[in-house]
Amino acid sequence: MFDEKVLQKIQAGKEKWDQGPVAKTLSKNPESKAAFTTISGAPVERLYTPLDVQALDYDRDLGYPGVFPFTRGVQPTMYRGRYWTMRQYAGFGNAKETNARYRYLLQQGQTGLSVAFHLPTQAGYDSDHPLSMGEVGKVGVAIDHIDDMRALFNGIPLDKVTTSMTMNAPAGVLLSMYLAIAEEQGASWDKVGGTVQNDVLKEIICRGQYIYPPKQTMRLTVDLIEFCQKKVPRWNTISISGYHIRESGSTAAQEMAFTLADGIAYTQACIDRGMDVDSFAPRLSFFFNAFTNVLEEVAKFRAGRRYWAKVMKDRFKAKDPRSMMLRYHVQTGGVTLTAQQPLNNIVRVALQTYATALGGGQSLHTNSYDEALCLPTQQAVTVALRTQQIIAEESGATDTCDPLAGCYYVENMTNKIEAEIDDYIKKIDAMGGTLTAIEQGYIQKEIQNSSYRFQKEIENNERVYVGINKYTMEEPPPTGLLKIDMSVGEQKTAELKEFRAKRDQAKWKAALDKLAQVSQTNENVIPYVIEAVKAKATVGEVCDVWRKVYGEYRPKEFV
Amino acid sequence: MASKIKMIMAKPGLDGHDRGAKLLSRIFAEAGMEVVYTGLRQTPEMIVAAALQEDADVVGLSSLSGVHNYFFPRVAELLKEKGLKDVLLVGGGIIPTEDYDFLKKSGMAAVFGPGTPTTEIVSFIQSNVRKR
Repeated sequence: MFDEKVLQKIQAGKEKWDQGPVAKTLSKNPESKAAFTTISGAPVERLYTPLDVQALDYDRDLGYPGVFPFTRGVQPTMYRGRYWTMRQYAGFGNAKETNARYRYLLQQGQTGLSVAFHLPTQAGYDSDHPLSMGEVGKVGVAIDHIDDMRALFNGIPLDKVTTSMTMNAPAGVLLSMYLAIAEEQGASWDKVGGTVQNDVLKEIICRGQYIYPPKQTMRLTVDLIEFCQKKVPRWNTISISGYHIRESGSTAAQEMAFTLADGIAYTQACIDRGMDVDSFAPRLSFFFNAFTNVLEEVAKFRAGRRYWAKVMKDRFKAKDPRSMMLRYHVQTGGVTLTAQQPLNNIVRVALQTYATALGGGQSLHTNSYDEALCLPTQQAVTVALRTQQIIAEESGATDTCDPLAGCYYVENMTNKIEAEIDDYIKKIDAMGGTLTAIEQGYIQKEIQNSSYRFQKEIENNERVYVGINKYTMEEPPPTGLLKIDMSVGEQKTAELKEFRAKRDQAKWKAALDKLAQVSQTNENVIPYVIEAVKAKATVGEVCDVWRKVYGEYRPKEFV
Repeated sequence: MASKIKMIMAKPGLDGHDRGAKLLSRIFAEAGMEVVYTGLRQTPEMIVAAALQEDADVVGLSSLSGVHNYFFPRVAELLKEKGLKDVLLVGGGIIPTEDYDFLKKSGMAAVFGPGTPTTEIVSFIQSNVRKR
């Protein structure tokens, strides 16, 4: 980007500055630390100049928003056209309570829904299963069957609102219920939009909500992608997630690298199924974290967009530009929140929101300040949503596309993160691919090492965490926390008993038998899941069919 | 030389958040303890069976999904039932301070909340574990 002569002049000027003003200042006032690093441990120099981005080629590396390689964003006008979708992840107790929270959020200007299911549903168990004891309605809403799903979306038109469902191994079951309810409402499937997470690899890497062994669970993932490509064209068939990788301790670059490695594995699996890359890749979506170091997060997002575009074009020979776009949802960093002085979290979330805006994300969940203590109260959720609205409509961050492009520091860091992603992808390829790297524990161990390094930095006071290792204070215990009623479990158990007794037993059994049979063939299972849930099969019953056919995953622990 | 402290680290319930459990397993091992991490989705019965089998001195429970009031007391009860009364039972995670009293009355020797320095947990265990 720079003329050789200009660079020589800058080089000379920089040396003069180093030997003159810098040396003089350092001799009187040494810097506060021997080395400066980002929260990911990446080194940070005192000053960045054109010398640090001299290899940058504007057209090749940055280009224009909405144009390959999408470094500057996936849409030509970015937020000048429309802000990101403000999508708060919510769910607790039973379907009726959660429906009330959704209606409240939509009234407050939220633009999309995001369902938090309780852990039994995520793990494919009904609320009355022995392993569900104590968990019912706790970290999400209890959904066991189609009647629950109907209550969850009561009064919410599914052809007008898009819904994201954090559902992985049983994604096909919950999507089937959603489509059945849409049908009941008269919303045709080609108008229904939303996302299922459907990312089973990261469950095995770090999130823990797996059911079936890797190969078998991947088959269900691809079935869903293939089905939606044909029948539900506006559905994002997967949300390939780095969020949880980061939460479990990775660096920013590792988050992007391992997520894209998962993305490569899913893309390859769909191609192996016989699908044309451009027929499904435009509906692959991603999900990332945003920490408080704004500039590092922006560089991460930009590097990810550029790298993914090249992967799709060069490795998978995609031709449709939409296949090359890294479109993603962001959630602010849950693990960055402190239980100490919880109001400070509002500031952290605001910075993380700013990073998302400057980084070009497509949708965002902002965490509530009380989430290191409990599920969020309504007041805390409102502040979190308002934070997005303030950044979108007051801060000016949305007025121009990719505002930090050309910042020497950000461009340099973007290049470095992209190089680190490339190193990891090459290493993983050499190991035989993502599944092998996961089976060998390589990805898990890399994340754990970063998590350990970070903890040590905090405990050795090498990194400041306000309220944890600096500016601590005595506080009264927090009050007014959201409590989940333990009786939801008992209610659900009683209600399930009645639900099972009342359904048409012959129809129900026939649908599950048919599903079991098809699951052993190469035929796509999703149409049969839809029939089963309409015949009132529960989440646990459908998942049990596959437990029998595919077996259950028992991970090795890599500690 | 005193024999090593034997510890079971466990994740009761369906919660998959085990960054803390894994990190602490490593830190306890570095502090000279012999640590077995059970992995996810442990029932109280499984946890107590592991404690019996490993002849554990300490059982550590980690919960981030709000199920501590259900699971922690059950592990404590079962330990007693199996005659493992002198096993030190500790826990941590996303646990509101208002629940600490109830958990301690139910048999937890200590509960550690978010942001607790790991050194504090290590020294608590070292000073309170049974002497062999």
